[in-house]
Amino acid sequence: MTIRDYDDVPGTYVLDSRNYRKGYHLNMFLMSLNKSEARAAFAADETAYLQTYKLTAEQRQAVLDREYLRMLQLGANVYYAFKLVSHDKQPPQVMYGKMAQPAMSFDEFQAMMMAGGRPIDGNRSKKEQLNG
Amino acid sequence: MARIIAGMGTSHVPGLGAAMDNGKTGEPYWQPLFKGLEPVRAWHKDNIPDVTIIVYNDHATSYSLDNYSTFTMGVAEEFMPADEGWGPRQVPMVMGHPELAWHITENLILNEFDMAVAGSLDVDHGLTVPLSVAYDQPDVWPTKVIPLCVNVIQYPQPTPLRCYKLGQAIRRAVESFPEDLSVGIWGTGGMSHQLGGERAGVLNPEFDTAFMNNLVSDPAANTRLTHTDFIREAGCEGIEMIMWNVMRGALSDNVNEIYRFYHIPVSATAYGAIILENTD
Repeated sequence: MTIRDYDDVPGTYVLDSRNYRKGYHLNMFLMSLNKSEARAAFAADETAYLQTYKLTAEQRQAVLDREYLRMLQLGANVYYAFKLVSHDKQPPQVMYGKMAQPAMSFDEFQAMMMAGGRPIDGNRSKKEQLNG
Repeated sequence: MARIIAGMGTSHVPGLGAAMDNGKTGEPYWQPLFKGLEPVRAWHKDNIPDVTIIVYNDHATSYSLDNYSTFTMGVAEEFMPADEGWGPRQVPMVMGHPELAWHITENLILNEFDMAVAGSLDVDHGLTVPLSVAYDQPDVWPTKVIPLCVNVIQYPQPTPLRCYKLGQAIRRAVESFPEDLSVGIWGTGGMSHQLGGERAGVLNPEFDTAFMNNLVSDPAANTRLTHTDFIREAGCEGIEMIMWNVMRGALSDNVNEIYRFYHIPVSATAYGAIILENTD
């Protein structure tokens, strides 16, 4: 078993085999939104469209609620999630802000980026954060 | 023979393309970025190669979890701008160069780089935004393009060293092509950014600056970085920078740095561009 030393990086979801397996159908649903017919079908009846993918009840609810961080925790990858925020005709900063902790509005996230982004210092390592 | 004349590294943030497509480049948010790109465009105007190898990644557009190869060569006659969820970008069709693409592919595989081959491939912002960076908004792209798609999303991505060695092998392959062609190579993606998770928005200008410095004068240093170094220091999506290593591997040991530009932010990303000319 590979030592996954990136597990020590805080607030980060790597699309490795664990998330691949957990999120396979969720990501394939998200990917389907590349097609305009699929976007129309999803817009017409989100619940019915989601039934055509083998999602867990939790995954389905996270999509319906646009709970982006929960989606990542359930195996989604951010590039796949991008398709959903685009479908909603919202800028990606809306999604980034919802995932960030503490959560931020579009304006708050944008302001953080304009001010140089989230600093790397203090955000490298869970161990480092525990030890202050 | 064919010859690689220069390389470029550039981020490929979708927002940059959208700003151009929607006529927003003069807005205060975008103005400094496009001002900084003027010298990039001036250089490209005077240095248009016959063919450009664009090392990029697909973002769950043409490839996804059901089938994602580590390295894929595009050998088609042409490549359509893809619908990645918000309709295709209204940019010119990307014209391929199948003869050179196949020549490189055959050479690479016979030299133990086992490339996947794509005869049909819609290209997303990872490839078209760098074209917009270099050439603005022409009716036709002035260079033919060989897409080289790298998996940078699904762990484990190819190692930074493997990417560099691939670049070296590409150079040897290009130089064994009998026709006189000038060839450019671009490494795209990066620089530091993390789009997902509680840590979304993390940037690291020190890391990015060191990476660009090494690119010029100590490229081997960038091959010693690990996956976790990128994820930790450059953000989860910053690992795209391994594609700059492919570009650098295809250049001579010593290069001339023509231009460098760094700007924060473009959306949630640190934008970087660098142009390097071969010395031999």
